[in-house]
Amino acid sequence: MWDEAVLVAGKDLRIEWRSKVALGQLVPFSLLVLVLFAFALDPERGVLSRVASGLYWVAVLFSTTLAVQRAFSIESADGARDALRLSGLRPASVFVGKAAAIGAQLLVLEFVLGIGIVVLYSLDVAGWPLLAATAVAATLCLASAGTLYGALAAGVRARESLLPLLFLPVVAPVLIGATEAFEAALGGVESEGWPWCGFLVLLGLVYTLLGAQLFGSILEES
Amino acid sequence: MTSVIHLRNAVSVLGRFPALAGIDLEVGQGEIVLLEGPNGAGKTTLLRTCAGLVPVVQGEAVVVGVDLVTDPRAVRPHVGLLAHQTGLYDDLTVTDNVRFWSRAGGARDVDVDAALASLDLDGRLADVPAGRLSAGQRRRTALAVLVARRPEVWLLDEPHAGLDAAGRDLVDELVRGAAQAGATVLMASHELDRARTVALRTVTIAGGTVRHDEVRSRDGDKSAPSTADSAPSDEAVLDVG
Amino acid sequence: MSITSLAADDGTSSRGTRVLGILTLVGTAAVAYLGLVATGPDVIQRDSVRLIYVHVPMVSVMYVPVAICSIASLLWLRKRSDGWDALAVAAAEVATVFVGLGLVTGAIWGRPTWGVYWTWDARLTSTAMLFILLLGYLTMRRLPDERSVRTKRAAVVGLLLIPNAIIVKFSVDWWLTLHQDATITRADAQIEGLQQFTLILSVVVGYLGMAWLMVHRFRIAWLESRIEDRGLDLAIAERRAEGDTLVATGGDQ
Repeated sequence: MWDEAVLVAGKDLRIEWRSKVALGQLVPFSLLVLVLFAFALDPERGVLSRVASGLYWVAVLFSTTLAVQRAFSIESADGARDALRLSGLRPASVFVGKAAAIGAQLLVLEFVLGIGIVVLYSLDVAGWPLLAATAVAATLCLASAGTLYGALAAGVRARESLLPLLFLPVVAPVLIGATEAFEAALGGVESEGWPWCGFLVLLGLVYTLLGAQLFGSILEES
Repeated sequence: MTSVIHLRNAVSVLGRFPALAGIDLEVGQGEIVLLEGPNGAGKTTLLRTCAGLVPVVQGEAVVVGVDLVTDPRAVRPHVGLLAHQTGLYDDLTVTDNVRFWSRAGGARDVDVDAALASLDLDGRLADVPAGRLSAGQRRRTALAVLVARRPEVWLLDEPHAGLDAAGRDLVDELVRGAAQAGATVLMASHELDRARTVALRTVTIAGGTVRHDEVRSRDGDKSAPSTADSAPSDEAVLDVG
Repeated sequence: MSITSLAADDGTSSRGTRVLGILTLVGTAAVAYLGLVATGPDVIQRDSVRLIYVHVPMVSVMYVPVAICSIASLLWLRKRSDGWDALAVAAAEVATVFVGLGLVTGAIWGRPTWGVYWTWDARLTSTAMLFILLLGYLTMRRLPDERSVRTKRAAVVGLLLIPNAIIVKFSVDWWLTLHQDATITRADAQIEGLQQFTLILSVVVGYLGMAWLMVHRFRIAWLESRIEDRGLDLAIAERRAEGDTLVATGGDQ
């Protein structure tokens, strides 16, 4: 099963490498969201740095929706979906592979966005281990829930607005948890943040298990 | 000899539409069968049903010993479908595509390389992204995946379409080779003249059922059909020498 | 008995639903009388407290159809019989109505009582999220064109309603214990005597009304699926006949 997952993840990442959608579009998009927040709020009076953690994760959430849509739109070209069903690959492997590829792209995005927000919002960074651990745990949640709901919205008309409607409420707890953990880290009270990080790890495992289990049914037409 | 494909009064549905409305078909190992019939007759659906992609809701359907009514997914490792859609990823090269899909189907690397060579895809075209290929080249690439996987049952949906004369000859050669190696081939085609040089048995489909099933011996004599109905055969119209 | 005659004779009513319906109506009248006339106004909230007889039933009852939808979705995925699917959609629609009304009545009550239509307390926030989750489910039931795709995907979304609702509630509760001001708390007013009785009665009436709605909606969904299925044999015959005309005319050359 792991070999198959690696095969699928490798394929998705290779496509990304050739097409550069995540790097070329999603990263700039997420930075743009940060800039828009600065326009909407008052950049002078320190509002941005106070709410930076939350804004960061909102930007990541929006970018995740786009990344998931992209991950499934490549499968809709020329009947790749049927070919996946026919290939003999186990659905759980396809799920894990796609989630891993989405997760890898998200980690790169989060890293670049992190640098961006530190610069744009003049943050003092502290609590590195908690920040990193939270980012990984949140990415696990977003990638697995995203793959599951991305499959549900794939191939459906009006899917561009269906996916956010389904996906964002489900990952609202991730937003809450990641923001709390980040604020704890930046505020120097890491002990308050680690429980949230643990919560995210648990959530990520739940979504991975559920997704692997349900993916097969969703892939089949009937 | 037990049949590789056994369908009796099989009804398969696309949504609520019964694309196959009671198919009777027996195909033995090593046979090459041509499926012909008007557009919308159900040829594509028959191929997809044998691949386990379309649910069978009535009747019997057993392919390679797998009961399609209860567990259609189990048949998929044993069959290879060359469909209208190629399933290729536009951003990946020919080689990347064939490698991915072949490995996904369990093929070994040595088989992949051999398949690429036999379909003339290991030279100039090897590193071309699939999005830039012509329709015929895409077909050849999809065929390479099929060849590399070496399935027991080949399901070909209009394999000659979009190919030039050399490509069509190649398809015929591959089909003959596969049958000789023990695979069973079911081929839907509108190119009846060419297809009949490869397939000795022709099954005519219309309205989701088999109307005519005929085996020709090598010198062109027609033997009695295994299942026939009262509908007139359009063989006479097409069989011009 | 054909589907059409069933519909013409009885609609989706039965003795059971008529009893339920009458009880609900009588109960509603009783609650209205007790709530508006017989019970007195609250010391602090005055007459606006009467809204609890409408609001509390909504938010108490709403969890049951949500749970039914989720469990029915799971059972459909296991058993694949149309009855579970009909139950899931009926439960989801009824749940959406109750959750929506719960939010609206809560806003109406909040304004005169605390001066705000909305407050970010745990209960309200989770309820709003539940409403959006249900809207997502209903949208999933509407969009795909193929019935089989629609049913299956909606079942997965439905199945995940309970876990999602629980996770959201848990995280919102935890989040708010860190951020909540002490000023606005939704401690229910101390009530006793006739007011308490009226409140309990209103919740019971709420359950009765919910059950009545669900049975009717379930029956409609069930009948719809029966009608769709009956067509298959007819469709097979039509399909075969298609081939007869085509072969007779020598195919579509």
